[in-house]
Amino acid sequence: MILKRKDLLGLEELAAEEILGILDVAEQFRNIFDRPVRKVPIMRGRTVVNLFFEPSTRTRISFELAEKRLSADIVNFSASTSSLKKGETLRDTAENIEAMKVDMIIMRHGSPGSAAYLARVLKSSVINAGDGAHEHPTQGLLDMMTMRQRLGNLAGRNVTIIGDIAHSRVARSNIWGLTKLGAQVTVCGPPTMMPPDVRRLGVRVEYDLRRAVDGADVLNILRVQLERQARSVFPSNREYHRMFGVTEEVVRLLKPECFIMHPGPMNRDVEISSEVADGPRQVILEQVTNGVAVRMAIIYLLSGGDPGSLRGETD
Amino acid sequence: MDWNWRSIPAEYVIANVRVCRGGKLAKRRGFLHVKKGKVETVGVGEPTAEGFPTLDAGGWVCAPGLVDLHAHFREPGQEEKETIATGSRAAAAGGFTAVVTMPNTQPAIDNAGLVRYVIDRGLEAGLCRVFPTGAISTGRTGETLCEYGEMVAAGAVGFTDDGSPVAHGGLMRNALEYASMLGVPIVSHAEDRTLAGAGVMHEGYWATRLGLEGIPRAAEDACTYRDIELARATGAHLHVAHVSTRGSVELIRRAKAEGVRVTAEATPHHLTLDHSLCRSWSTMFKMNPPLREPDDVAAVAQALAEGVIDCVSTDHAPHTATEKELQFDQAPFGVVGLETALAVGITHLVREGRLDLGVLVQRMSERPAEIFHLPCGRLEEGNDADFMLFDPDEIWSVDPAALQSKSKNTAFAGQTLTGRVKATFLRGRLTWRDADGSLEK
Repeated sequence: MILKRKDLLGLEELAAEEILGILDVAEQFRNIFDRPVRKVPIMRGRTVVNLFFEPSTRTRISFELAEKRLSADIVNFSASTSSLKKGETLRDTAENIEAMKVDMIIMRHGSPGSAAYLARVLKSSVINAGDGAHEHPTQGLLDMMTMRQRLGNLAGRNVTIIGDIAHSRVARSNIWGLTKLGAQVTVCGPPTMMPPDVRRLGVRVEYDLRRAVDGADVLNILRVQLERQARSVFPSNREYHRMFGVTEEVVRLLKPECFIMHPGPMNRDVEISSEVADGPRQVILEQVTNGVAVRMAIIYLLSGGDPGSLRGETD
Repeated sequence: MDWNWRSIPAEYVIANVRVCRGGKLAKRRGFLHVKKGKVETVGVGEPTAEGFPTLDAGGWVCAPGLVDLHAHFREPGQEEKETIATGSRAAAAGGFTAVVTMPNTQPAIDNAGLVRYVIDRGLEAGLCRVFPTGAISTGRTGETLCEYGEMVAAGAVGFTDDGSPVAHGGLMRNALEYASMLGVPIVSHAEDRTLAGAGVMHEGYWATRLGLEGIPRAAEDACTYRDIELARATGAHLHVAHVSTRGSVELIRRAKAEGVRVTAEATPHHLTLDHSLCRSWSTMFKMNPPLREPDDVAAVAQALAEGVIDCVSTDHAPHTATEKELQFDQAPFGVVGLETALAVGITHLVREGRLDLGVLVQRMSERPAEIFHLPCGRLEEGNDADFMLFDPDEIWSVDPAALQSKSKNTAFAGQTLTGRVKATFLRGRLTWRDADGSLEK
């Protein structure tokens, strides 16, 4: 069994072998996308609830697609339609949903630790689809899947993550996953976007973008949360773009094979210039495709799926 | 004469105790003779008084009733968390005979009528002395001074906007100056809210790892510095609440050496726990100020031993289970502390050799009473017989459900502690007796 656990809460808790095992299964699912019928019956009769307390378009759609391609029954629940507005606690909401007999809950929530909380109080499997600035494990996995498709073994590879590291769950999941697989991670952004003691997570810190991209095999560019400008975390979009935006000029400094990732949605001409966003280095849409495959793999494995028996379904 | 817990007369003797006062634990066994609510004799050896019911306390420690300078009894307004009656019971169970209550109730204690209300409710409960502090500013809004004169006359023992800092330096200065005329301290909840921001735990490695917003040490230190300078400038008495950082410790140490009238307290949790506990996501480790780093914890404990920090205060902050069940960033700050304070001190400070038992008791009774000029805290002949008995060696496990407080939000749940309060007496009258009845041997 690849995943001997009930839940996927973060990459911090996974061993390298578990991560690689998930990515291998995800590759098998990726293969069925090129077939005319992109659906397998392996989750038939199982119910998955997508519980989204924060707005999300692509993560929610990606999970939904993954669930549909596995033939699961789906219920969507988002904050705007929930009873949370009436003051119900997360625990009450979750226990009510579980009482309706579901197998798995995918949750996005603004509070760090909320997925861990849910996992503790529920018997159903919980997949963390982003808990505040804590973790976004399926994003971390799809990022690593994309890197691995291009680079093979990630050990010794240089990955540079650029942006608001302090408030990014994507950065944290990337850091945990990549360092476990032996990659060298550099984080880059202004000091106001660096969390304290971040080096203790095993990363190199660079405030100068040009130095940070030197020797990189991959750039992973984080979305700038524009509302942080109001809190003076950075002076202006213009200045951010000038100092940390990945532009054609920055691309010219990269190794020829270095490619560019972005978890989306992009702020064009803030963290990434439009030319680069549409240019030959970016693999952003590959990430999106891989996202569905990774989520299928996670749902499948947490439901007790056996990768050996998957052969017949996906070949 | 036989001792009967159910009918303790006006005059009695507690024999076979080790008396703890003046910072020292007596080496020899002694006794306490109580007459009409007053201490008649504190003696060494066998009791000299005969013919009164006598309890053989089997060598337990007899100490002044403990005095807490910082507790939230939530009444009026948040009786679902605690009332003055339930808080008083928790105090008695923890060996306390006097508690200074915080004014951040709903409404805030910002006039003489409300001061009187808290005192009356305390008298009604009758389990410990309740000394209210008043708010620094009307409605705790940080804008205008309350009527300190009338409030002190009604029984307020100090002023604080605890729970919120006073952002306005000018108002803080006026509060200090005005209160100095009345001989009462201003208690500072030292926190620069613009630096604390949306923080929910200590800013450091664990906040980084957990993705939680941090509260930097500087939020506390900058405000401690300001308030010390205001105390220096006005000559007024500043009491710094719940010190949590090594930086604030150093500021207080220097200010004291320079003759500034500053006193300070630390909580049992800041003396013993650090921020790594937040990794469990348990909101029982969410308090303000937050649990800091091990070197802060060590500095605060060292300062208590040296007297730079004058006393242990609990910052007893009850919250309902529902509130504490929320996610870490949404749950309220604070933990209860009255019923575990002494044992936490014995377990983590005394038994680790960092503080003498006599000094711990002094920092929890005589010293806090002294700095707030409270008419209690000393176990001396002629004084009211406020005292408690504890077994310094009894080992017990903290069961939240067994707490007397209405709320069960303890940071020490499940911990095995050493030192157990066996009985508490207020003005000679029993207010708490350990349920296991082991005193009757």
